[in-house]
Amino acid sequence: MFGAGGGTSSYREAEETNLIILWGSNARETHPIFFHHLLRGVRNGARLIAVDPRRTSSAEWADVWLGIDVGSDIALANAMAREIIHAGLHDTEFIKRATTGFEEFARCVEAYTLERAEAETGVPAAAIKEVALDYARAERGMICWTLGITEHHNATDNVLALINLGLLTGKVGRYGCGLNPLRGQNNVQGGGDMGAIPARMPGFQDLEDPDIHARFATAWGGARFPEKKGWHLSEMFEAMDRGELRSAYIVGENPARSEADQTRAVRLLSGLDHLVVQDIFLTQTAQLAHVVLPAAAGWAESEGTVTNSERRVQRVRRALEPPAGARDDIDIICDMARRLGSDWGHPTAEQVWDECRALSPMHAGMAYRRLDELGGIQWPCPDESHPGTQFLHARLWKDPVEGTPAPFHAVEHDPPVDRLTEEFPIRLTTGRRLDSFNTGVQTGEYTSPLRASEALLISPEDGKRLGVEDGECVRISSRRGSVEADVRFEATLRPGLAFMTLHFPDQVSTNVLTIDATDPKSGTAEFKASAIRIDKLAPVP
Amino acid sequence: MAAVDGLLGAPESLWEGGERRPADDHVAYGGRAVRSRRHLLLPVLHAIQDRVGWVSRGALEYACRRLSIPPAEAYGVVSFYARFALQPRGPLTLRVCDDIVCKLWGADEICSAAGAERSPCLGLCDHAPAALVERSGSSYEEVQIAPISLAQAEQILQGAGWPESAHRNEPRLAGKLLGRVGAYDPRSLESYRTQGGFVALERAREMGSEAVVREVTEARLLGRGGAAFPTGRKWESVAKATARPHYLVCNADESEPGTFKDRVLMEGDPFAVVEGIAIAALATGCEKGYIYIRAEYPLARHRIENAIAQARGAGLVDIDIEVRRGAGAYICGEETALFNSIEGKRGEPRNKPPFPVEVGLFGKPTLPNNVETLVNVLDIVLDGGAAFASTGTKDSTGSRLFCVSGHVERPGLYEVTMGTPLRALLEQAGVDRIQAVLLGGAAGSFLTPDQVDVPLSFEGTRAIGATLGSGAVIVFDETADMKAILLRIARFFRDESCGQCVPCRVGTKRQEEILERMLGGRNGDRSTDVMLLSDIAQAMRDASICGLGQTAANAIASGLTQLKVLDA
Repeated sequence: MFGAGGGTSSYREAEETNLIILWGSNARETHPIFFHHLLRGVRNGARLIAVDPRRTSSAEWADVWLGIDVGSDIALANAMAREIIHAGLHDTEFIKRATTGFEEFARCVEAYTLERAEAETGVPAAAIKEVALDYARAERGMICWTLGITEHHNATDNVLALINLGLLTGKVGRYGCGLNPLRGQNNVQGGGDMGAIPARMPGFQDLEDPDIHARFATAWGGARFPEKKGWHLSEMFEAMDRGELRSAYIVGENPARSEADQTRAVRLLSGLDHLVVQDIFLTQTAQLAHVVLPAAAGWAESEGTVTNSERRVQRVRRALEPPAGARDDIDIICDMARRLGSDWGHPTAEQVWDECRALSPMHAGMAYRRLDELGGIQWPCPDESHPGTQFLHARLWKDPVEGTPAPFHAVEHDPPVDRLTEEFPIRLTTGRRLDSFNTGVQTGEYTSPLRASEALLISPEDGKRLGVEDGECVRISSRRGSVEADVRFEATLRPGLAFMTLHFPDQVSTNVLTIDATDPKSGTAEFKASAIRIDKLAPVP
Repeated sequence: MAAVDGLLGAPESLWEGGERRPADDHVAYGGRAVRSRRHLLLPVLHAIQDRVGWVSRGALEYACRRLSIPPAEAYGVVSFYARFALQPRGPLTLRVCDDIVCKLWGADEICSAAGAERSPCLGLCDHAPAALVERSGSSYEEVQIAPISLAQAEQILQGAGWPESAHRNEPRLAGKLLGRVGAYDPRSLESYRTQGGFVALERAREMGSEAVVREVTEARLLGRGGAAFPTGRKWESVAKATARPHYLVCNADESEPGTFKDRVLMEGDPFAVVEGIAIAALATGCEKGYIYIRAEYPLARHRIENAIAQARGAGLVDIDIEVRRGAGAYICGEETALFNSIEGKRGEPRNKPPFPVEVGLFGKPTLPNNVETLVNVLDIVLDGGAAFASTGTKDSTGSRLFCVSGHVERPGLYEVTMGTPLRALLEQAGVDRIQAVLLGGAAGSFLTPDQVDVPLSFEGTRAIGATLGSGAVIVFDETADMKAILLRIARFFRDESCGQCVPCRVGTKRQEEILERMLGGRNGDRSTDVMLLSDIAQAMRDASICGLGQTAANAIASGLTQLKVLDA
């Protein structure tokens, strides 16, 4: 909605807000740094509301936990919007001045009565109403989300539904209010900032805009580069499937393990004419590659910058020499360019950054010297006298609004693609735990007192019904494949809901089970909702 | 479970430790509210310990679910406090004090002959040797016995009858502070009122909070817990603190070996303690008060609880005062460790600053005051700060309670005007021959016979490198085995170090080892050992965050230089 993709608030605001909705995020385990700021807010008296199918350890801190059924987020958000409108708690002045599309939105949510929402989400109507009114009445309130919102086939609609709530109550563009996707890695935000997304140049500038295209081309000495946006990850795999994409250069990703429907992902990667992988570890993907380029670690072995969830660009410094043979990403890329016939010289990280600043207005004021002095700067920072931007979209509160108003998007509930049936009656959702990171490439080497082996977590009630013991090995099947794993009982799951992580691909290939139904707008697969069946293994004779 | 539920009430949902109900699948309330009850961890553990006699894994896990505390963290708390047992044991426990004073009166013989557990000072040094008996079960009982004989100890351990508490509390020398002890029935509010009870509080209300703080400041009252901080300044800071709420914490975790003054006040004049708390709370705007009483003082706790209930019942006191029971940790007498203990955590001291008056209990402005300090306030309110300041010496106003024990004819509690020579106090108590006097308890220092003319005032003791500390005065005649006493003090600190700061955790252990080697007459270079001890002492003084580590070497250093124990 807002052009540039980034959390609107600063961490500090989470400490000084009145109400936080943590929606589809177990931040206590997956974003511990942000959660630390959030907890300060809680200790300062903020109400915390957790929306999550599981009663996660984050939800243990919440005043209210809404345990929605997987994939019913839009039904909940729309019903909340309807309650807010009916109670007259929407910010009519803000809506009129700073937004568009309210009437259509209001018509859309009118169909989402509390009764319907209760039926779709499982959450009692009274609790939905209470949370809706609490959010609307709070002077400051923010909504924070992560993969529970985005790892769905309708991820973008899910995000829009949350943004609608912020616009409806005027809870964006003000201190202590905001709409914040929490980033899973220290530099996911930085990847987007630097244009590592199919349609954008550095600074979220539209690749297909001829003026922007021309500006980059001029700066790069008339270099030619695509004028149309590229494929996102899921589209790339589809293109591999069609035989259109025959070579891939993968830097710091492990799609052989992290993609949904893993059997297919490995098959497609193995079938490429040429696969180059640049990584600090010999990942499962690297093992499939024709050429592996050992890279220096982005942390401690490299110079550069990262951007965190609050849009703060921070310096990274080299403390160690990389091991023999491993080289800095910039070196590797420049050498590759030279071999391809284009000599880019041997730029330092700072020179690369200064070039970026010259081309990306939102980063223009962020000289290394200033990043050092200010302890990082939050974008946008258009010139070297600008202090950076604590929260985004203050422009919506100017009268008249600066720039274009923010649009409402009427979105409809659309349940998960992988339907529950008698054959596959249990909803599997996937996620992460505190002490492991994604496919385990970066964490598998370290021991943790908390880490247990991979297991399928189910409610004790389901275990009893299925006649399996805690710790028993079972067969887990989805419409795509099946794996064997131990069962572990977990009282925070309700009957019919199961949970697994993807941390231990060598033990259990969880993504054999997941569905690659993908959101067409964001390219994210529906990791959060698979339908599965659990069977006892035949006794060993 | 019954013990835990008895305290917390039955669980309301699956999420609090109950059974799953249909509603639990899709909504949960108060996760944070549950978690914010973590400060009830110690009361819950006491309930389990009282009922079962030890804290089993199952009981601990249930408590953790009810309070939403990670089991590992709760285990850390359980294992921190001496009172909680993590291994099964019988319902009956007899702990005999083998600390400094009781050691002089044959405690070691009773412990080894009867097989009783050993305990650090139980605060009954005037009736040594002392013991604490507990019987867990649905009707939990506990009682302090002093003096205890070997025959009685054996009888108790055989389960032959339940002993009666025997110690009496008449002060040996009473002034204004101790005047009411023994003069009224400490169980009766009516009786207290015949002694002018709650007149001071009434007066304070008329004066208004600012005037009360002014009087206390004018009185130049210094804290009686040991640190001697100006009470008025502390009160003023809390009164002015903007953050809310303000907490008052009455420190009744009297655990300094040789000290029993707060016990006598609480047992003999509990209403005055409550009145003092009410006045302080009024003056500093405290919304809630806690009184943290060491676990080894059951009678004091019951008397205080009763006094609070009666005073509140009669509408005399409106502030909510909660009694918290210590769990056998000397360190919790340190104010910030005490806050952590009330919050349900390990009793580890915090770094200062921030000081408690700004960031104290639950992170809020807090007024921590000792029992004796608060009782002093009554007279200050009634007679005025100027009158109070005119007694004692210029820098040490008022009178002070001294706990005299050891080799004296009349051990007990003496109230003397500040500045009185120690010799006069010792004459009152009936001292014949002196080898040494330990002034200020284990954290204090030894005086030799030629030092007993020292005036009992903060500045007077400071001038000879000693301290009044908690008011403990332990007298040793030439029959006392001073080596054993020094070793006991070393053991005490090794045992009571909370382990947070490495210099203290390791230093107290090394100190004990070196002392054992030196006093045991074993080979080794003595001058190296002396140097080592002084290095350790320096490291502990410099690098421990609280008074325990900073003073853990004092008594031993002064003992080694003053007592000539090494010449033998």
